[in-house]
Amino acid sequence: MNLFDYLEPTTQFVIFSAIKILIVFGVTMTFVAYAVLAERKISAWIQDRVGPNRTAPPITKFIPILGPMLVRLGIFQPMADGLKFLLKEDFTPAYVRKVYFWLAPAIAVIPAFLTFAVIPFGSTLGNPDNKMVIADLNVGVLYTFGIVSLGVYGIVLAGYAANSKYPFLGGIRSSAQMISYEIAMGMSVVAVFMVVGDLNLGAVVQYQAKHGWMVLHQPLAFAIFLIAAFAETNRLPFDLPESESELVGGYHTEYSSMKFALFFLGEYAAMISASAMMVTLFFGGWTLPFLSEPASSLLVGLLHIAIFIAKLVVLLVVFIWVRWMLPRFRYDQLMDLGWRRFIPLALGNILATALVLAFISP
Amino acid sequence: MPEFTDLLFYGFAGLALFFGFLCVANPLSRSPVTSAMFLVLTIVSLAGLFILLHAFFLAAIQVLVYAGAVMVLFLFVIMLLDLKEEERRRFRRFTVGVGVVAVGVIAGLLLQTVLKAVPYSQTSTVLAVGATRPLGIILFTQYLLPFELLSLLLLVAMVGVILLTKKELK
Amino acid sequence: MSTKIVDRKPLSFFENSYLPTLMSGLKVTWKHFKKSALQGRPLTMEYPEQKWVVPQGYRGAPYLVKDQEGSTKCVSCQLCEFVCPPKAIRITPPGPNGAPADRRNAEKAPAEFEINMLRCIFCGLCQEVCPEEAIFLQKDYSLTGESREEMVYGKAKLLQMGGTHGGIQKWKHKLEEAEAQEVFPVRTN
Ligand code: SF4
Ligand code: SF4
Repeated sequence: MNLFDYLEPTTQFVIFSAIKILIVFGVTMTFVAYAVLAERKISAWIQDRVGPNRTAPPITKFIPILGPMLVRLGIFQPMADGLKFLLKEDFTPAYVRKVYFWLAPAIAVIPAFLTFAVIPFGSTLGNPDNKMVIADLNVGVLYTFGIVSLGVYGIVLAGYAANSKYPFLGGIRSSAQMISYEIAMGMSVVAVFMVVGDLNLGAVVQYQAKHGWMVLHQPLAFAIFLIAAFAETNRLPFDLPESESELVGGYHTEYSSMKFALFFLGEYAAMISASAMMVTLFFGGWTLPFLSEPASSLLVGLLHIAIFIAKLVVLLVVFIWVRWMLPRFRYDQLMDLGWRRFIPLALGNILATALVLAFISP
Repeated sequence: MPEFTDLLFYGFAGLALFFGFLCVANPLSRSPVTSAMFLVLTIVSLAGLFILLHAFFLAAIQVLVYAGAVMVLFLFVIMLLDLKEEERRRFRRFTVGVGVVAVGVIAGLLLQTVLKAVPYSQTSTVLAVGATRPLGIILFTQYLLPFELLSLLLLVAMVGVILLTKKELK
Repeated sequence: MSTKIVDRKPLSFFENSYLPTLMSGLKVTWKHFKKSALQGRPLTMEYPEQKWVVPQGYRGAPYLVKDQEGSTKCVSCQLCEFVCPPKAIRITPPGPNGAPADRRNAEKAPAEFEINMLRCIFCGLCQEVCPEEAIFLQKDYSLTGESREEMVYGKAKLLQMGGTHGGIQKWKHKLEEAEAQEVFPVRTN
């Protein structure tokens, strides 16, 4: 049809993957920026405030009604925030362990972005071979867990590098918390894959298109996964690693400027990737009950991506909302919840699923 | 593109050796944390080698279990213990001896395996299919006994840890 | 023993599941969200456009005032300078050869009168201590400047900002009495 088809399949694949990676990265970055804005706006509204509503680049003067409206919604705020982070003084205290101090923010941010690689964010676009997933791994979810488990390093190293006690305590807390909840999270997902019979995330989506959303099959697994996701991303009510009232700022106490921004980015990116995982595993991914065939035209393909993003946004709002809904847990409560409730519950869930699969529905 | 895969193999293998060397004998720093971090990098390079063998499952588990969980706990302990004198310590005769023996035994095992091994192309086709499913089937049929024995071993370790931490238990 | 130990009831199974807490949290947050986002009634004020109405008795910036005739009330007694806790006031008295006061019933007026608004804590002691009712804490709460020097208000600025104070005119009656005495017919010789 066009020049593209004359290229070798491998070259085509490489070009496509590169484009997909760039786009997914760009979209995720935008999402991170606007997740921060959404957080600020929603928190403001919940606390009877107005939230950011001033930042306006000069061009808004020339847009008649829409301009002021966008300004009031704070649409331009993320740009100002980003600029601020870039222009602030990047301060390195004298007593830190330099190498780790520089490495930690990067290590914290990379895993959060890597997890997007296996998430199917749409069916196909244009030609049916162009699957809308960067890497269609057959061990998809294991990859995600592997990468997520590497995310701990950023935080542990940040705590260690800062060489002072609050960051250190924050780092220790965070790693203990993440390791504990990773277990519960992994176990909750096992039940899902027992039902589906495949570790590939695309297969999970296909299964849900046929049999209905996984939340309905595995509500307990979803509940555990959701709560574990809160703990994994260090969000309230489990934000003990950075609890301001006790630990100043936790592991990023000593960081400033862009290095701090990287932790911030990492946190939100982790939140987005956790939401994306949940959309894929429990809410049917890019499908809707009546729109589950892989796309035949470009338009439907785009629609599928839009559906995925819409579901993602809903989950993000849940994440943000909960932050203002619940007070922080105590550390022993957190550990108790993780080890003494969720892990047994998840194990029980696996057992129950196995029994149902073995005896009731083959 | 076989040449490209070869290149990747040599890359990952080289990295694994390099990081492994830095892990045990880093000329720049004797800090245990640095050693641990290089061990993590070694593990990740090994995972890369597994991927080149199409053993995605093993690669993922390697990263998940070793890099993600075990090494974090290692780091934990190192940081909490704050091993200052470890940085100053030099080689001792006993440790060197034990090390040499261990390396010798493992090298012997490896040599034996390598000599007995079938060429790459024959085995890879078997594993390349689904990786997870065949592995599971093999684990629960052919290797069921060792698998269950291993889990028993882990259970014993777990019970032991709980016993050790419960001090008031007499 | 004034300490009363309240025993905590053990949580029921339902309460232990965190569900009631979740529900009440959702209820409260939704109520506020509805009010400020959907009905557009947040509690906050949008400052430069909407200004706060200062209540009676508010202690804003201290300014010097003039009397009805437009003359400086301050007589440079320096009591306020003395009482000011953070030493925000600095008065330069006119000295023996300085200009006389611009009103007839006062001996002198300050040559210079400065209040450093960065030091001032708006305590109101200067207003309290002033025998001439020449300085008042007024309703200004937003004092801004681009340098420290700018925030030291001089006499001219203080008088201009302070305006005229009607109120009691402490010496007016005395002045009239004295003037009446001067034209009193009973005089020796
Ligand atoms: S209000 Fe208080 S601090 Fe301010 S000038 Fe008067 S006495 Fe000084
Ligand atoms: S303002 Fe009042 S207290 Fe201060 S010097 Fe003038 S007259 Fe005296």
